[in-house]
Amino acid sequence: MDYEFTPPVGKISEITGKCISLIGNDIDTDRIIPARFLKCVNFDSLGKSVFADDRKTLRGVHPFDLKENQDSSILIVNSNFGCGSSREHAPQALIRWGIRAIIGESFAEIFYSNCIAIGIPCFTLPKKSIQNIQKYNHNKSLFLEIDLKNSSAKSKDLNFNLEIKESTKKMFLSGEWDATATLLENSSLVDRKLKELPYIKF
Amino acid sequence: MSQDTLFDKVWDLHKVSSLPGGSDQIFIGLHLIHEVTSPQAFGALKDKNLKVKFPDRTVATVDHIVPTDNQSRPFKDNLAEQMIETLENNCLEHKIRFFNIGSGNQGIVHVVAPELGLTQPGMTIACGDSHTSTHGAFGSIAFGIGTSQVRDVLATQTIAMNKLKVRQIWCENLLSNGVYAKDLVLHIINKLGVKAGVGFAYEFAGPAINALSMEERMTICNMSIEGGARCGYINPDEETFNYIKNKLYSPKNEHWEKALKWWKSLKSDENSIYDDVIKIDASRIEPTVTWGITPGQSIGINQHIPLLDELSPNDKLVAEEAYEYMSFKPGQSIKDIPVEVCFIGSCTNGRISDLRIAAKVLKDKKVSKNVKAFVVPGSEKVANEAKQEGLDQIFKDSGFQWREPGCSMCLAMNSDKLIGNQVSASSSNRNFKGRQGSPSGRTLLMSPAMVAAAAINGKVSDVREYIS
Ligand code: SF4
Repeated sequence: MDYEFTPPVGKISEITGKCISLIGNDIDTDRIIPARFLKCVNFDSLGKSVFADDRKTLRGVHPFDLKENQDSSILIVNSNFGCGSSREHAPQALIRWGIRAIIGESFAEIFYSNCIAIGIPCFTLPKKSIQNIQKYNHNKSLFLEIDLKNSSAKSKDLNFNLEIKESTKKMFLSGEWDATATLLENSSLVDRKLKELPYIKF
Repeated sequence: MSQDTLFDKVWDLHKVSSLPGGSDQIFIGLHLIHEVTSPQAFGALKDKNLKVKFPDRTVATVDHIVPTDNQSRPFKDNLAEQMIETLENNCLEHKIRFFNIGSGNQGIVHVVAPELGLTQPGMTIACGDSHTSTHGAFGSIAFGIGTSQVRDVLATQTIAMNKLKVRQIWCENLLSNGVYAKDLVLHIINKLGVKAGVGFAYEFAGPAINALSMEERMTICNMSIEGGARCGYINPDEETFNYIKNKLYSPKNEHWEKALKWWKSLKSDENSIYDDVIKIDASRIEPTVTWGITPGQSIGINQHIPLLDELSPNDKLVAEEAYEYMSFKPGQSIKDIPVEVCFIGSCTNGRISDLRIAAKVLKDKKVSKNVKAFVVPGSEKVANEAKQEGLDQIFKDSGFQWREPGCSMCLAMNSDKLIGNQVSASSSNRNFKGRQGSPSGRTLLMSPAMVAAAAINGKVSDVREYIS
């Protein structure tokens, strides 16, 4: 698989894609991306190393290795996902593998905010609902359309509401999660500012 | 809210817009980058398919990871080599000026920019490094930023930031003989505390500050961050203008006159309003040394390590932690504590004037046989100037190792590290646990003159006994 990567930019209001389930509580960032991959000068090569050690142990039957999961983009997890170290490398590895949204019972706080900063919305659902989705997904492929504005998700057979903090939702809908994009909008004001300033060219 | 201070004037001038979230979008006049905090930012640009907006407003050098014993390429440490290569490639690709090893202008980023005349009054300066506050010595507003903001500056030449409050620290009278800028700033941090500056810009002012050279002013502003202030500055004066004049990138000819007029208009007004004012009597300060694990835990050379009872309730917890880590006894005198390593260098005290003072103390003396001493010039320029003046020879004759420029044992990202629980007398800025490369290493911060005296004696000493 080639990890061609185009990051999200600007407003994010809908995410559609195939689901991939990863079952287990307290999956920490060390498991998402083991520490030895942190010695890097960019995040580029992290996609292929996501869950490296777990996948090695499972020899090809880890969800991230299964053939039917290959172009999935919505990750379904259980509770306290992303606990442990604060490394931004964890969501960076996931997004580079192809994950664009995560639905789970609960998330570790720093992991959650790191996800926002790079444009991955994380939604929560009660334990029971998650298990149902995971069960369904175990038998057949689940293609979801997530509508952020209405906090809802639908597929051929399923329809359900998702939970997300109102402030977080706003950041995605307005594009403000992406500080660079907000600043870029004033590009012409920046040009004017430089002209106004009595700076001398170096 | 502060009014008509230099900080207010420079902030207002550089404000591009008010953002919906409540912060301001601020134009950054000079962006400095180094190998440690820039690679992911360039990576993010690539991810977002963005270009560097104004490549000539960013300047790069390499400092944190460079070895200071043998700088031939490739470096022995593969990762260090990879980091310098990445910076080289990024600068090449984005047409960013890069002062590499051997260019004659490489060195610690906060030493290099001022000596090249890049740092100028009235500018906003940002760098992915907390000691960017150093540049405030010139009357610029300079602060450290995180990797995501490095990306923002590269892409937009701006950052989103909340305006800081302004505290004036008025330093009355003059420093006495044998007492230096480092002692003054350690004293200030001790008096105010290491968290007092959070949310503030510090304006250092008063007779004791006006009497300082530019290099000494940089030492003061450099350690604003150790006092919790992201930014510290000093109003520019003749001393400032004389320092900048004729530097490589300083304005020339008619530009100089124009710049001078602008710079002079930036000073805080006589009756400007501050959020807070603090007074310090500089004449009462002694050579100052840290005894603990935060830069605020310092005492005068003739004082004893404070007893728990002598400390405020807030300081007690970290003091207990410090007693244990340092294994010094409360009430013990700081003078005569044996030291095993002596380090002169860093962006706080690795400039030519620092080397001159230390060399003066060391001339015709020998480093104690129990001490490993080395000096790491702050930049190639500093190293060359020192060699021209014969300072390198004085250091070598005394028993100091003479190294190549870099950050070195200020943070020990290269191979210079403390071993075990060695005690180091260091002219750097941080005495955090493990900062100098050993998880149990102990750092005593002091002025370069005091480090030289400690090296000769093999123990913490009063440098005033060595200078006339
Ligand atoms: S000398 Fe020390 S404090 Fe200064 S930039 Fe280098 S590592 Fe940071």
